[in-house]
Amino acid sequence: MYKSASYDEPLLNKLAQLSDDKCDFVNNIPQTLKRNKKIKIPHLDETQIVRHFHRLSQMNYGIDSGMYPLGSCTMKYNPKICEEISSWSKFSGTHPFQDCSTIQGNLEIMFELERALCEITGMDFFSLQPAAGAHGEFLGMLITRAYHEKRKDFERNEVILSDTSHGTNPASVTMAGYKLIEIPSTDEGTVDLEMLKKALSTKTACFMHTNPNTLGIFEDEILKISDLVHKAGGLLYYDGANMNAIMGKARPGDMGFDIVHLNLHKTFSTPHGGGGPGSGPVGVKMKLEKFLPIPRICKDEKRYYLDYNAKDSIGKIKGFYGNFSVLLKAYTYITLMGKEGLKETSEIAVLNSNYMKEKILKSKLYELPFKKLRKHEFVLSCENLKQKKNIRAMDIAKRLMDYGLHPPTIYFPLIVKEALMIEPTESESKKDLDNYVDTLINIAKEDPEIIKNAPNNTPVKRVDDVGATKNPILTWDMI
Amino acid sequence: MKFIPNSPIKEMMLKEIDLKNIEDLFSDIPKKIKINNLNLPNSLTQQETFEKLKELSSKNKSFNEMLIFLGGGIKPHFIPSVVKSITSRSEFFTAYTPYQSEASQGFLQAMFEYQSIIAEITGLDVANCSLYDGVTALSEAFLMCSRINKKKNFLIPNNISWEKKSVLSNYAKGPDIKINEINYDAKTGKVDIEDLKEKINKDISGVYVENPNFFGIFEDNINEINEIIKDSGALFVVGIDPLSLGVIKSPGDYGADISIGEGRSLGNPLNFGGSSLGIFSCKKEFLRQMPGRIIGMTKDKEGKQAFSMALQTREQHIRRGKATSNICTNEGLCALAAVTYLAWLGCKGFEDLSRINLENGQKLAKKITSINGFEKKFNSFHFNEFVIKYDGDIKTINKYLLRRNIQGGFLLEEFYPQMKNCMLFGTSELHNDIKFEKLISVLKEINNV
Repeated sequence: MYKSASYDEPLLNKLAQLSDDKCDFVNNIPQTLKRNKKIKIPHLDETQIVRHFHRLSQMNYGIDSGMYPLGSCTMKYNPKICEEISSWSKFSGTHPFQDCSTIQGNLEIMFELERALCEITGMDFFSLQPAAGAHGEFLGMLITRAYHEKRKDFERNEVILSDTSHGTNPASVTMAGYKLIEIPSTDEGTVDLEMLKKALSTKTACFMHTNPNTLGIFEDEILKISDLVHKAGGLLYYDGANMNAIMGKARPGDMGFDIVHLNLHKTFSTPHGGGGPGSGPVGVKMKLEKFLPIPRICKDEKRYYLDYNAKDSIGKIKGFYGNFSVLLKAYTYITLMGKEGLKETSEIAVLNSNYMKEKILKSKLYELPFKKLRKHEFVLSCENLKQKKNIRAMDIAKRLMDYGLHPPTIYFPLIVKEALMIEPTESESKKDLDNYVDTLINIAKEDPEIIKNAPNNTPVKRVDDVGATKNPILTWDMI
Repeated sequence: MKFIPNSPIKEMMLKEIDLKNIEDLFSDIPKKIKINNLNLPNSLTQQETFEKLKELSSKNKSFNEMLIFLGGGIKPHFIPSVVKSITSRSEFFTAYTPYQSEASQGFLQAMFEYQSIIAEITGLDVANCSLYDGVTALSEAFLMCSRINKKKNFLIPNNISWEKKSVLSNYAKGPDIKINEINYDAKTGKVDIEDLKEKINKDISGVYVENPNFFGIFEDNINEINEIIKDSGALFVVGIDPLSLGVIKSPGDYGADISIGEGRSLGNPLNFGGSSLGIFSCKKEFLRQMPGRIIGMTKDKEGKQAFSMALQTREQHIRRGKATSNICTNEGLCALAAVTYLAWLGCKGFEDLSRINLENGQKLAKKITSINGFEKKFNSFHFNEFVIKYDGDIKTINKYLLRRNIQGGFLLEEFYPQMKNCMLFGTSELHNDIKFEKLISVLKEINNV
């Protein structure tokens, strides 16, 4: 059975050796500015540093460790070639303010990446500036505002979204100053057209949606939705977190979406880095182009260049031009995969998801609320297990770790009770899928006591997450 | 197909779930919008991809192939190999945000250590485990000020970068915060204290001051600034360059409530400006209004020390529309690089690095201003960046330097019309006397042409 490495690894400050180095303060610094206290940065020899972080890494689980089917996070394999290329100093050693003639490679890559993302999504123009999906959503809301204000329509202060939306959607909406209107889904798990009609008005700035939605269900009424929103004078925003389901099969632009964000760290295989850096490019239709952030990447007969002249642009949302190292990895991935590869990616991602779903449902131990056909992810409910054996989604998640598997997303979307949101991606082999399915089935049959006490094979036993909030200890000085 | 192990057995898998072909899986997509193909190039092999990217990279010049003296808040620095070695551990970089504590203890502990060191060097109580970059960190800081004191006016000095102003104005739109600018003194480049006194009042939510500012200058009357701000009841947000903090007082030392900064220089490559690392720390009393992920120490059920994401109830995945910020993905791996780098430097190494950057800044400014026609725009104490005014058309300088494989300073007049013929130079520990002399000899040459 799986057993994670486990060390009682001390904190850096406990590992550090005391040193009698004297501070070597510079003399010509004005007294009001001169630091007069020694800084307590623990100093370790390189050998110790390597061992410390090496041990920590062994107490961490990544996609290279095993299956990581976090729903809506698209934890696919991150090709090594992308890592290597992005570390070439010809790329990583370039300064954003260098003369254009010395950064033609970077600009060409960004220009071509924008074109490729336009083709994949069916949009007309892209900005690569946002650093993450939520950052892209925020930019999308700024563009929405700029669009309506340009038309002198100042009444539109509401954004509608569905009760299955990602948490970042409502957060971005309120951050951008819009009033949030949340509409419930139908019994099929899709947008309720009647509720949407009721919510739409002359106050509607935008309807924000994910398609397939977070239940993994494709909104087959998307053209009607688009029609309704546009007739009401609103814009349609596409949260691209689930783009891995439809590459080469359908495009948000063709569905009527006006603004799209993508998560390059999901669909386009760049690693999540334990939380980042990511990248959340935003694509728009022609009518919104003029609002995109500056600078734009442009090209004339001779060269690529950065253009800062756009009077209607919303300006900037991040320093420089976005997370270039991530853009480079995504560009490399798209180059490798080509059109056939991207299509195959979505096809197999959806096949893997439906394969797992069917196998699990056969066991009758978990339920699948709402419609049956899913795309790249599906959401199970453990409500039955809770009723019968008092086992919760959280317990199952923790027990999965004992088998060396990363749990799915849990308790999301909120409309599924005791939710397990599973997204296997195209990267997993049938063997791995079967193993995950078998493990989920076995767990449901296990003694509830074992499950409640899980995990046991991880570096620590079940962690008191609530304790970290009730009594926050956030630095070693607070211990 | 690459990275898709089930490609060759898809027929078999379809059969197992009673489907005939792949299209059955997409039967819910309306015909009207279904596509058959993307208009993209065909796939390339790994070898072909490698060659294609090699070709593209040859159209760039990095700081290894040319001398770079650009300022603008970003400069090349030395990165010890150990940093890359640690951040290349795929258990770290292929992990997601550590939602499941038990499977993420390693990364969580490293982030706890990062927070501890950031709190220490900025002299404040608590830090989060990263935001996108220094620019958005400032925007998040003033949204936080407004949450704390419910006021809607903010003061920023106009000696900060135009990028920061632009991003701020965008983040200010939602909560309808008014931003007013404090002038800088034309001679010193520092915040005009009289103007600050005039513009500050009890309706101001927070005041931002940068130390060093965009022109590289330290605000040496920072104590006075702090007093003026505190007297008005506003919150004091300070922008720092972490590399200066080895020799310069920390924001906590002179009364800051919140400190933000760009942390790329702590062990992260230039990467054409991204990735980046938004540093964010504050006083403990404001903790619950802090944006971003925060890692806390707690216990497992047997009482063993453990780590977990703390205060998640402020965050979007729980609070949705009422969250303190929409942040989900941050810059975790860049924070890991920073903590590795800082532990490698230690206290003495950090101070030395800080001192060398300061000294090189002074040295280069002195050398350049010794040439006829070049003078310092501001007569103030500066860090590793400074503004030079040229007695002539400054654009010709950079063109000339480029022909000699040197990238000169950042041309300010394109973004600051009042800074005609001014250039922002930057240096770091990577430069030495030999490199300085190369620049100086070419600058002298230009003068003689």
